[in-house]
Amino acid sequence: MENKIVENSITPAVKYTSKDFSSDIDVKWCPGCGDYSILAQVQRTSPDFGELKENMVWVSGIGCSSRFPYYMNTYGFHGIHGRAAAIASGVKIANPKLQVWVATGDGDMLSIGGNHFIHACRKNINLKILLFNNKIYGLTKGQYSPTSDKGQVTKSSPHGTVDWPFNAIKLATGAGATFVARSIDRDPKHLQEVISRASKHKGLAFIEVYQNCPIFNDGVYSLVTEKETKADNVVVLEHGKPLLFGPKKTKGIKLDGMNPVIIDLEDGKHSISDCLVHDEFDENPTRVFLLGRFTDIPGFPTPIGVFRQFSKPSYDKEYEAQVESLVKKNGKGTYEQLMLSSNTWEVR
Amino acid sequence: MEKEIQIIEDVTVRFAGDSGDGMQLTGSQFTDTTAALGNDLSTMPDFPAEIRAPAGSLAGVSGFQLHFSSEDIATPGDTPDVLIAMNPAALKVNLKDLKPNATIIVNSSTFDAKNLKLAKYDNNPLEDDTLSGFNVLPVELTTLTMKTLEDMDISPREKERCKNFFALGLMYWLYNRPLDNTINWLESKFKDQPKFFEANKRVLIAGYNYGDTTEIFTTRYEVKPAQLPKGTYRNVSGNEAVALGCIAASLKSGIPLFLGSYPITPASEILQELTKYKSYGVKTFQAEDEIAGICSAIGAAYAGSLAVTNTSGPGLSLKSEAIGLAVMTELPIVIVDVQRGGPSTGLPTKTEQSDLSQAFFGRHGESPVCILAAKSPADCYWMAYEAARIATKYMTPVILLTDGYLAFGSEPLRVLSFDELPEIPINYRKDPEGFFPYSRDENLVRPWAIPGTPGLEHRIGGLEKKNITGGISYEPLNHEIMTNFRDQKVKNIQQDVPDIEVDGEQSGELLVVGWGSTYGSIREAVVRVRKEGHKVSQAHFNYLNPFPKNLEKVLKSFKKVLLPEINLGQLAFVLRSTFLVDVIQYNKVQGQPFKVAEIQSKIMETLGGKNGK
Repeated sequence: MENKIVENSITPAVKYTSKDFSSDIDVKWCPGCGDYSILAQVQRTSPDFGELKENMVWVSGIGCSSRFPYYMNTYGFHGIHGRAAAIASGVKIANPKLQVWVATGDGDMLSIGGNHFIHACRKNINLKILLFNNKIYGLTKGQYSPTSDKGQVTKSSPHGTVDWPFNAIKLATGAGATFVARSIDRDPKHLQEVISRASKHKGLAFIEVYQNCPIFNDGVYSLVTEKETKADNVVVLEHGKPLLFGPKKTKGIKLDGMNPVIIDLEDGKHSISDCLVHDEFDENPTRVFLLGRFTDIPGFPTPIGVFRQFSKPSYDKEYEAQVESLVKKNGKGTYEQLMLSSNTWEVR
Repeated sequence: MEKEIQIIEDVTVRFAGDSGDGMQLTGSQFTDTTAALGNDLSTMPDFPAEIRAPAGSLAGVSGFQLHFSSEDIATPGDTPDVLIAMNPAALKVNLKDLKPNATIIVNSSTFDAKNLKLAKYDNNPLEDDTLSGFNVLPVELTTLTMKTLEDMDISPREKERCKNFFALGLMYWLYNRPLDNTINWLESKFKDQPKFFEANKRVLIAGYNYGDTTEIFTTRYEVKPAQLPKGTYRNVSGNEAVALGCIAASLKSGIPLFLGSYPITPASEILQELTKYKSYGVKTFQAEDEIAGICSAIGAAYAGSLAVTNTSGPGLSLKSEAIGLAVMTELPIVIVDVQRGGPSTGLPTKTEQSDLSQAFFGRHGESPVCILAAKSPADCYWMAYEAARIATKYMTPVILLTDGYLAFGSEPLRVLSFDELPEIPINYRKDPEGFFPYSRDENLVRPWAIPGTPGLEHRIGGLEKKNITGGISYEPLNHEIMTNFRDQKVKNIQQDVPDIEVDGEQSGELLVVGWGSTYGSIREAVVRVRKEGHKVSQAHFNYLNPFPKNLEKVLKSFKKVLLPEINLGQLAFVLRSTFLVDVIQYNKVQGQPFKVAEIQSKIMETLGGKNGK
């Protein structure tokens, strides 16, 4: 199964270091913001993307996360609220040789930009989308977002929200994304690995990054980031491996029909062979919905890692192929053909 | 019996029938044949918003009007001389538009109780005095068609559907036109279905022969070729012309064309047309919504494409924030707005000129864009080309205004050779030495540095830019400098705007001005009043922002300036505030173009008996 992980064969002659990807603009996120870590991990992994710097484009919308392109020493486009995926689609389709990344947030991509997000997923446009999910509107100073937990008290929900949040993993999967993953700002190694793998995916890659906003939603992910609680609350998805968690990996997830249950491997009744084994190449999205639900069930660990990846022709590749076959069939169009191929007549 | 052939200067014919009767097809076949004979022509379809309203109903009537002439003409004609009515509903809907004494050819086979009721006729109009004053020629079109195809092995329904070709054949006879153009078309259309080719061809010829042999038609007419400038011509609709103009600009400039689009009436044909041309380097992206349509175009412009988005009023509203982004990032995009009746959903299939204010003012912030308008279907080709040229030369969004009347109307376009097309030089920045994203040339234009170019990695976006470096800047003075640059850059386009030409005396009592699709009606009206001895001049706008350099002088050279518009005075507002000239408004908002006669009588009223002296 491992051989399905496609390695990018083009390696630029130039050897980059993370510094090469750092622009000369001062980074202006709040001290302690999770965005710093995401930026650092992207800059660290960028030399391994196998792309020349001038072929990389970072596109964003509006929000704290969307300042990201300014700090990357690549081509960058800071767009307007919600439209990053649409702008990025235009860049990618116009020039499929470019590697196009999107930096966005929960408000930007899942609220005002929701339509562009689901359609980019559906079309499988070869974009890499990094969703910085902090479950809050930060730049507008603390209103609830479409991923805020139900009941969350914010400036625009002083009595607690009454709306239900989006689950980004399930949403992306439902919309047809061909690479769906989650990582955490505070887990740099894991984040690097996931970013690196997304860069190699040929199709739309979606990464939800749990990101802490120290100002307006501090500690929202503390269960999955703090040393004391992390082991009991995070399950790392690894292809071909059983779902185990806990400080000594003595807890597992097994399936009871279509429902996941937590089992204790030391209770004498269960063993590791009872555990659900992760298969990230399973094209059946049911597995992702099942894993994606963990965060909706109290007491369940949060899965991080690649939920699913499979290959399906991307929009930009399909389009190029269509153009190529038409050029092959009809030849490259000329001005004379364009203007004179329908009924014409001469006035002498 | 040898029939008389009468030579006439021009004719306006309207084909009308049920949506399913093939009237658009019949009309366009007649148009193609007429164009090939060298007449000048102008066409206008009129179809219902409903795709297939109930057969025989008044709501389901579809029409196609053609004006052709041995003279130079500019409109599809006010009032038809001839109506072909395929059923009672088509007769009823169109009767009020006809010239007195017009000829009406009716398919009398359809005037039965059921169809009369659907058309809400209490009595058969062929049998009472409803049609007195008209030259009515009833023809059993359906019956004759069925008889012609009696021995053919196709279903009765399929036979019946050929009846429009009987009408077409009859019209070809009446106006002395050859059949080969349509026969060739049928042959290629039905190359895999020879029996339908045979059936339609047979019916077409039968219609032609019917005119020749029956006694109800005593006279044939002939319209001699027009004296058009020498060259190669083709017929184009406005939407088709926009698509062709964009591709021509792409081929001339050598950069690929990208269209980001979302279907909307009456602009969708531009998307449909462009997507046929993939082998010309054209990419079309049918986006999830209007906003994605323009945002993808902005992304494509950033990546170095000739980027276009097309829409109509409601879509222009949705795109306005993104147009502001293109203003700020100073990227070249062409926004084609095929105007329709508004506000809101309004009159989707009808024409209006009511998006001009939005084009000027419909964005937040100081957000100037170049605005162009096409004056005729063929002019849509040139204005689309010009929009692409200006957008790329000045790194700016350009809004091109056309409208539903131009979009579906058609007329001959003279095809220039590739070498005759104006140059569109493209200079992507390549040299990293001394590169700054917001440095400016003598026209205040910033460099176009596209991803993929080594050493030019840079960031742009919607936040205010620092002068020259393009970094983010909240500095008060910098914002003012940049705002002024963006404003002046669009003003600099004026050096590319040709002087507005005055047709007629260069000064005097009355100048009639207009913009966009009113050109034809205004011109014919001015020509008519001049023929009556009045001195009236005309000037028409293709360039609305910036205006031509000589405009103020021209406006102030006349005692009165009359401005007909299909809105409540949107250009009048701008002319008054810009030049302090109190233009006389003449406004109509009925979803219909001006009739020549309406403008003619407004001109006479404005002259007030002064006779232009």
